[in-house]
Amino acid sequence: MEYSPVVVEQKILCCQCGTAITPNPSNMCINCIRNEVDISEGIPKQATLHFCRNCERYLQPPTIWINALLESRELLGLCLKKLKGLNKVRLIDAGFIWTEPHSRRIKVKLTIQKEVFASTILQQVFEVEYIVSYQQCNDCARVMAQNTWQALVQVRQKVNHKRTFLYLEQLILKHNAHKDTINIKEVKDGIDFFYAQKSHALKMVEFLTNITPSRSKTSEQLISTDIHSNTSNYKFTFSVEIVPICKDDLVCLPLKVARSLGNISPLVICYRIGNSIHVMDPNTLAVSEVQTALFWRMPFTSLATSKDLVEYYVLDVEPLGPVRDKFVLADIQVARSTDFGKNNVTSFARSHLGGILNPGDTVLGYDLSSSNFNDKVYDALNRDQLPDVILVKKSYPNRRKKKKSRNWKLKSLNKEEDEMKQKKNDAEKIEQDYEMFLRDLEEDPEFRQSVNLYKMPNSKENNEMDVDGKEISQGDKT
Amino acid sequence: MAVRAQFENSNEVGVFSRLTNKYCLVAIGGSENFYSVFEGELGDVIPVIHTSIAGTRIIGRLTVGNSKGLLVPSSTTDQELQHLRNSLPDSIKIQRIEERLSALGNVIACNDYVALVHPDVDRETQEIIKDVLDVEVFTQTIAGNVLVGSYCALSNQGALVHPRTAIQDQDELSSLLQVPLVAGTINRGSDVIGAGLVVNDWCAFAGLDSTATELSVVESIFKLHEAQPTAIVKEMRDSLVDTYI
Repeated sequence: MEYSPVVVEQKILCCQCGTAITPNPSNMCINCIRNEVDISEGIPKQATLHFCRNCERYLQPPTIWINALLESRELLGLCLKKLKGLNKVRLIDAGFIWTEPHSRRIKVKLTIQKEVFASTILQQVFEVEYIVSYQQCNDCARVMAQNTWQALVQVRQKVNHKRTFLYLEQLILKHNAHKDTINIKEVKDGIDFFYAQKSHALKMVEFLTNITPSRSKTSEQLISTDIHSNTSNYKFTFSVEIVPICKDDLVCLPLKVARSLGNISPLVICYRIGNSIHVMDPNTLAVSEVQTALFWRMPFTSLATSKDLVEYYVLDVEPLGPVRDKFVLADIQVARSTDFGKNNVTSFARSHLGGILNPGDTVLGYDLSSSNFNDKVYDALNRDQLPDVILVKKSYPNRRKKKKSRNWKLKSLNKEEDEMKQKKNDAEKIEQDYEMFLRDLEEDPEFRQSVNLYKMPNSKENNEMDVDGKEISQGDKT
Repeated sequence: MAVRAQFENSNEVGVFSRLTNKYCLVAIGGSENFYSVFEGELGDVIPVIHTSIAGTRIIGRLTVGNSKGLLVPSSTTDQELQHLRNSLPDSIKIQRIEERLSALGNVIACNDYVALVHPDVDRETQEIIKDVLDVEVFTQTIAGNVLVGSYCALSNQGALVHPRTAIQDQDELSSLLQVPLVAGTINRGSDVIGAGLVVNDWCAFAGLDSTATELSVVESIFKLHEAQPTAIVKEMRDSLVDTYI
């Protein structure tokens, strides 16, 4: 016979209620321990969540508002963060108890563990009820108070066309400089960019001064101030003024400026605008650069702008020899396209376009002989030495007629128009400016390379356009 | 009768007192509250003596004794020893022991017939215990603890031991001691019985935290009810009623 020890478990009386239990570290029965200590003590059983009705976000103290769906991980995290005493116990499990979404109550079931007495670990399950109370978040409050922006960048150019801003828009899009703007508004003579933070506006101003010849001015307006906490709320305005001179403008430099630019002839054309103004004397191919600072010290305006350009027909081209980059100095005999075939009036122009003009081409230029400029510096020039015509750029009238639609397009910024609604002829003018801008892009590869073009979907004339594109580049080269 | 007491906000009354059937030692506290409890219960029956041992107040842990003798550690001063000799009844033998384990109350548990001692206690000490206290000495542990004095409380009527003492051990101890024995707690679940409880044949003092359940266990295992006048009435009731009828 085998000996099998009979193991009788010893029992003691629970020290509280006297029921027989197996000894444990606290020598109390479970119920008595439960009665004695509440491990969920110090953890609030009810808490408040703040919810913005407008943007449907929850407040994560102190200042962050987060998006969270009902019964989502994020919301659970937020709920648990609300409970203060939770760091004193061990959290085993947490989950939502379903509540009616409209009840504005969220219930969370928690399982916690805590050591009570000496080496007695107690586990408890309990519920916490959250009351969802409404509180408007700062962003929404600003929108409601129509006090959305903190910084404003006003970009202005005092010229009577919009092409600069059309180009600027493309540059901004390409560099994604409008990333932080909260609103873009089109106003007379320019665009306003609105920002929620001053630093974003400063970044934009920096960007603008890097790509355009411009000057900026800062001003601030006190909105509110708290003398107790020594904080105040400002609105900042940055006024960026772009020089009122555009590409292809005819400029009559003040004598002082002309002298300082290597004694260049005062009557020049602006062939490029970058960070500064690039001017060229078409008679000698002398080029120079007017720095922005110099311009604002001695400002001048353009004599004639691209709107005043007249179309000429090229009769003869006679290269003179000097060449600078792609410019070839040549004597060119032209006749006005409108006069051509009606009378025999021709004029001679010394021009930088000798490289790309051939007899039979059309070219755009300023007619000095029949124009009347109101400019003191221009009046002081010796009339006899002035040419009749200053040619500026080659034009492609045939191609324009041939094709109606383009197979590419540009993106545009999401702009808000000014309250002062544009009149009908204004709309026409803008349309015209945009068309001019698109033609410039088509005709000038150097200009084109600084913007992003996008393919027009379902364009039928793809092949034809390819040929066209080639033609343009050939035309530019020859 | 089991009484709750507290020594200067401490529930460990067994640390600050030593109770036997013939005398009671009480530590010198800042106030006389603790002493008054003992004096109130025992004053007209046995001497309640204020004393210190080796200048400390933890006299319950440093001494061991029964109705025949008292053992004190070697660190006891001559003056203290003299005071004890003067205060105790003449029938009580007092002996100072040269023992490495000087907390005699922790390593020895005894009633008037049996002593349980720590396994590491010297053989000479065991001999002295046997002679002075006039008991049988057994080397024992209680629930795996060598500090037998700390984890049990003994009287001639019964014994209360550590709550984790196995049934077999309880049986063995019970047969050694020849008294009924129970595992239990004192001071609301504390397992250091010796520190929380002092007991003799008719009276027990427990820490203030002890629950009613614990006290009822104490009263029943140490047969303290029967020491009361009411018990006499209960015991003798049947025969009395018989006589009168």
